[in-house]
Formats: sequence, C-alpha cells, structure tokens
Amino acid sequence: MDKITCNFVVNGSAEEVSFPPNRTLLHMLREDLLFHGVREGCSHGECGSCNVILDGKLVNACLILAAEADGLEILTVEGMADGEDLHPIQQAFVDESGMQCGACTTGMILSTKNLLDANPDPSREEIKDALAGNFCRCTGYAKIFESVEAAAETMKGGQQ
Amino acid sequence: MVVFYRRMPRFEYLKPQRFEDVLELLADGTPNRYRVFAGGTDLMDQLKQRKIDVPETVIDLKGLAELDFIDFDKSSGLRIGALTTVTDVANSPEIDQHYSALAQGAREIASIQIQNRATITGNICNAVSSADSAPPLLALGAEVVCATGKGERSIKIEDFFTGPGETVLQPDELVKEIKLPPPTKGSNSVYLKLAPRGRMDLAWIGVAVWAEISAGKFTEVRIGLGAAAPTPIRTPKAEAALRGAEVSQKNIEAAAALASGEAKPRENSFRAGGEYRHMMVEVLVKRALTQLAG
Repeated sequence: MDKITCNFVVNGSAEEVSFPPNRTLLHMLREDLLFHGVREGCSHGECGSCNVILDGKLVNACLILAAEADGLEILTVEGMADGEDLHPIQQAFVDESGMQCGACTTGMILSTKNLLDANPDPSREEIKDALAGNFCRCTGYAKIFESVEAAAETMKGGQQ
Repeated sequence: MVVFYRRMPRFEYLKPQRFEDVLELLADGTPNRYRVFAGGTDLMDQLKQRKIDVPETVIDLKGLAELDFIDFDKSSGLRIGALTTVTDVANSPEIDQHYSALAQGAREIASIQIQNRATITGNICNAVSSADSAPPLLALGAEVVCATGKGERSIKIEDFFTGPGETVLQPDELVKEIKLPPPTKGSNSVYLKLAPRGRMDLAWIGVAVWAEISAGKFTEVRIGLGAAAPTPIRTPKAEAALRGAEVSQKNIEAAAALASGEAKPRENSFRAGGEYRHMMVEVLVKRALTQLAG
C-alpha cells in the first residue's frame, strides 16, 4: 500500500495530504489534518457524527475514502464560525441548550446547515426528516429541534 | 458472537477515467483482485465489517462522468446512468411525475447523507431483498443494461436477482444504465414501505404497484415485493388475476390475497416473522391498488 497524495480545500484552505489508499475521509480529516469536530460514532453511516459537506453535499465521512474526495471542497464544523463569532446555527445550539454530551452536535449542526440552506423556514416535521440521519445518544431531541427553529428564526432576520 | 469491526482492511485504490479501462481491468478474472464501487455506502461498510472478501484493489467508478445522467423521453422512456445518485432520482420532477413509485422508493433509502452518495444501480447490485428501489423497478418493468469487453446485454429486472446479495452479473460485467419503458396512458404507480422507523429502517415489507386503468378495468398490472422473499420478486398470479378485471374492491382484495400467497418470507427473522410478513403483503398490496384505483 504505497501512499497516495491528494489535494483538498478544507474550510477554505488548500491542503495537500499523503495517506494510504484505505484511509477514510473521516480519518484523514481527524488524524492527518486534526479537524476533531469530525467524529467517529457508529462508523457505519447510521449516526451522522462524521458529517461533512463535500462539494456542497451533506455526506458521512466514515463511508468515503479520502482518495474519493481528491480535488474537492470540504466543510467541517470548524469552518462554520467567522473568527470568534459563532455561526447563527452554532449560537442557537448554545442558547437553546441543543446538546448534552456534545458527541452528536457537530453533525447536527452540519445537517441543520444543509436543511436551512435549502429551506429557510422548515416545519417541525421537515426538521425531524432532515435530522433522521443524526443520532443523539442522550436522546435530547426536543432541545435540538428547538435549536434548529431558533437558528432559522435568526437567519431569516438577515443575521448571518 | 458479534464482531464489531470499525477499521478498514488494506487495499489499493484506482479511479479509471474511461469505461473501456474499467472493462479491461475486470476482464482480468482473478478472484478478489478487483471490486468496483460507485457511492461506496454499502461497500465501505461491508469492508469494515469483513462481510465480503477483501479485494486487492477497489475501483472507483466516479471517474466515468458520462454514466451520471437521467434521460427522459416521452416516446422512448427513462434511462438512469449507473452513477446517478439516489438524491438525483428522488428529486427528478420527471421521475416523480411519470415513475412515481421509483421517486417514492428513492426517498425511502436511508438518510440524506446516504442518498447524496448512494446510487440506484448500487442499490440493486447490492441485491438486498429489502432494497427500496427494487420493488418500484420491478413494478415499472425496468431492464438493466450491462457491458463487458465483448459487448452488451439487457437483463429484465425480475431475472437480475438470484439470491440474497447475489445477481446474474458476471465478474467481468459492469452495469451501464437502468432503462424503463415509456409511461402509458392511464397508468400510475406507487411504493409503500412498512418500516416502523421510517427511512432509516430497512423495509419490513416494501410493495410497489404499477397499474394501467382504462374504462373501469385494469388493463395491465405489475406488482413488486421487497423483503417478502430471498430476493425482490414479482407476483405473477395476482397480476394475472387483475389483467382485464373490473376495478372493484372485491377484485383488489382477491389479488392482494394471491400476492400474499406468492410471498416467501423467512419463517423467523429479527425484524418480523413470516406470518406477519404474509399478512402485511396483503394489506399493502390492497392499499396500493386502492390508491391507484383512486
């Protein structure tokens, strides 16, 4: 297994990384580039902890080889905030206590971004559907749904 | 004992840019040398869990951009490329309008994250009996177009599945596209999935029905069942009973009972027992036909 070298744009920065061909996108981001906001939960595409936005699409990084993402843009939760200013979705999860242990939160935030980018005013049912691929092991879903609604409210007000 | 693997085994990675190059690699014929993948959502998980023999090299098909398409023509029908994602099929207005069951089935395949990556072709090549795209493709009369270095062949979807996880595809063969016949006048289709946890759950029973109705009669009906037998299946007896029959509650109920008899579910499985699955086939076929009878 000779290493292969690929180029990515992660959260706006160009990165060149070499890794063995069986490296998943999840492990490349976590272990080579140290983006620890990308989490390994179930590792089977069920829980959404490893969510990233790849080339504009929400995906599970645990089921993708890093090599498959060669040349593509990747957004992790670390790319959401503007310096010290949290993204409105992140702020809403803080304000509404949309987390308990925090393990699922980074994935929840990216799924929420994916939802609100396409649908700025989702119903509770649409929120549940959009978060179906994200598991909260603390079962704190009520607060998470309220956080998404609060984020939608802030973002509709034009505050980005 | 359940062994819960999370680590990838070792393999090499190739991403050919031309269709012919993939066929040339596959013509090699050495067992476990190559394994192709499109979205990889099934393959990566199977590799981690050692559910399949680990190939020396995985071949990423995403270099073949010409296989990512949805092409609809009112007179020739629908073609879906081997690399077309579940999301693209679920969101296609033409598929939603003319091949409703397929759009509905696509929307039932797991999460948004999976749908963005997985392909319809991969869903059928993985050949799980509960695959949500399989009953719609059976009901809609799909054909699978496959190629080797020597030429192409077209396989009816009901002849495609040979067992759990098994298809008629030969080791040197690659699916190019899925073809569906043009929509006919008075026809419509629907997919109903029984799964207590919705799209994140595998279907306990999946039922797709395509029916053509004219002057109060069923002129043609096709029924596809998922998770009701070792492979996705058609129900020829129920379909024959409806062909030419008046659209009535009595005829619908009789056909649903026949379809239930044609199911061959496992006696025991951890999602649902065989008897329950038989009963649910009857309920869902009746419900689907009633819906189409409007």
